[in-house]
Amino acid sequence: MSFNWFRFSSPQTFYPLAGRLAPFFWIASVALTVAGLYIGFFVAPTDFQQGDSYRIIFIHVPAAWMSMFIYVVMAGWAAMGLIFNTRLSSMMANALAPTGALMTAIALWTGALWGRPTWGTWWVWDARLTSELILLFLYVGFMALHASIDDPRRADKAAAILAIVGVVNVPIIYFSVKWWNTLHQGSSVSLTRAPSMASTMLLGMLVMVFAFWAYSIATALTRVRGIILERERHAAWVAQLGTE
Amino acid sequence: MTDALRSVFLRDVLQAWRRRADWLTTFFFFIIVVSLFPLGVGPEPSILRVIAPGILWVAALLASMLALPRVFASDYADGTLEQLTLAPQPLSLLVLSKILAHWLLTGLPLVVMGPVLGLQFGMPPDMLPVLFYSLLLGTPCLSLIGAIGAGLTLGVRGSGVVALLVLPLYIPVLIFGAGAVEAVGVGTAPGGHLSLLGAVLMISLVVSPLASAAAVRVALE
Amino acid sequence: MLEARELACMKGPRWLLRDVAFCVDPGEVLWIEGRNGSGKTTLLRMLCGLTPPDEGVIRWDGQPIRDAGETYRRELLYLGHANALKDDLTIEENLRFAMQLAGRATLSDEFDAVLAQCGLADRRELPVRVLSQGQRRRVALSRLWFADAPKLWILDEPFAALDAESVQRLSDRLGRHLEAGGLAVLTTHQEVPLPAGRVRRLRLDA
Repeated sequence: MSFNWFRFSSPQTFYPLAGRLAPFFWIASVALTVAGLYIGFFVAPTDFQQGDSYRIIFIHVPAAWMSMFIYVVMAGWAAMGLIFNTRLSSMMANALAPTGALMTAIALWTGALWGRPTWGTWWVWDARLTSELILLFLYVGFMALHASIDDPRRADKAAAILAIVGVVNVPIIYFSVKWWNTLHQGSSVSLTRAPSMASTMLLGMLVMVFAFWAYSIATALTRVRGIILERERHAAWVAQLGTE
Repeated sequence: MTDALRSVFLRDVLQAWRRRADWLTTFFFFIIVVSLFPLGVGPEPSILRVIAPGILWVAALLASMLALPRVFASDYADGTLEQLTLAPQPLSLLVLSKILAHWLLTGLPLVVMGPVLGLQFGMPPDMLPVLFYSLLLGTPCLSLIGAIGAGLTLGVRGSGVVALLVLPLYIPVLIFGAGAVEAVGVGTAPGGHLSLLGAVLMISLVVSPLASAAAVRVALE
Repeated sequence: MLEARELACMKGPRWLLRDVAFCVDPGEVLWIEGRNGSGKTTLLRMLCGLTPPDEGVIRWDGQPIRDAGETYRRELLYLGHANALKDDLTIEENLRFAMQLAGRATLSDEFDAVLAQCGLADRRELPVRVLSQGQRRRVALSRLWFADAPKLWILDEPFAALDAESVQRLSDRLGRHLEAGGLAVLTTHQEVPLPAGRVRRLRLDA
């Protein structure tokens, strides 16, 4: 049996599919978050070095992972939209950007909250923190460029070029910041000395990672439905939705 | 083909020569921003000497960004950009000529002026040549990377967007450029930083003309 | 031969152009008519390859212009709404750069001849800044008078802002271009003396 994947590359067919999938991911994200936070806050043992303050990693680490992963996925969708001229791909890129920016902001915020009791300061110019901050700038640039171009098709293409250039730049930025950090090692704190992980800690972390995945997919699907409706509001099939 | 590339380059230079005042603003902006720091931080020579490489480089970034709209904006407004796009030559090479002209007009003055301003901050003599070379390698990167942002923001609402796009992409240049000068200050060899700056220049030389040309095409659609 | 099939273009949520089809043979001019906002300029930009059509295909000598690339651009001369002239450069400098971009070296006496034909001979050294709208248009149009001009001319409102004498001169030049086997696509609002028997018309708002 052959299955035509391109059938779902049209907004019209993807719209109901996204509508059917989104609730599952919403439920999964809530359930996994509850389970993950329970494990993280009540089951996982207290760390002998950092006490209970380490528990913020159950939010911090998944958010940081997602923030980077979403950028790559977003750039991938944007590039697909640019190359194959598929409208839905660009809409997906657009739907992912705010979630990615949110993840970056959460990672930075929780990082600061974690840093205060652990190193006694809200912010360290550590390589990872700095790269994360720059990643936030890249997300902001993508969204600002898209928002400032009136014609949505042109905005898609311009933002896609920026995302691709950003992806080329991310490793360069990361290594430059890392290098810069080692040059200025004097005042910084080493982050690499992670506490040895108990297996329940690892379990809690994994569950939270899946929760963040589910949340990101759920928001992307929900948001892309909104974008589809907005962009296609003059199409006949959207008008039919209202009468059904 | 080289005829056409040369003619694009010469046209921009000739036009800039006829409007010298326009291009001098970048140059003076650089000098003024650098001169503001001692007024803000205080005249303590030991502090100024330490922060000088960073200040000079950040000022170079800002000055280069200020000049970005000039790469394409007037050509976009008067229809020249359409003619460039429809010329038989590859648009990316024509764009590269324009970027080269832009660097000559906005980047090179900073390279020359940098060491002079370094003296103002009491930089030791062995730092000055490194500052010169780092600017010589780094400012072309700024023009190349900036051209992508300039192309993407053609005909865009609001004028500040280009800064949001371009400044984060400038960060590696800032780190390696200022790093090279600081390396001399702490007594290590600046060669590593300068090599990395050269590598960034090579990557930008390949990526930027293609990305800028694509951006220009999108803007003209 | 320039051929378009089932061209369509969307502007925002609505179709600006739909099912546009035509064919221009050597020696013919296509006159595109239509109200303001009927998509004339967009159609011309699609024919140049500046704006990709949302649907349909444009062929030059049987090959889609997307694939023809450089060969197509070599045979194309496009003159848009904007004159592509630099205010700070003189007429001669502007034209020299335009010709070099098109891959042609120009000789000094060719300049004299062309500028004389366009009634600009005494203004050669003047910066474009001091010229009037009509004079600027004439400078931009003078590219058509250089020897071995490209085969396909795409002209957006070439007669706008021109005086009667210049309109006649341009129309004569167009006639000679068509006789020599050239093609042209143009838009214009006014009734102009186009060479008889060689004109095809396309109404966009019909």
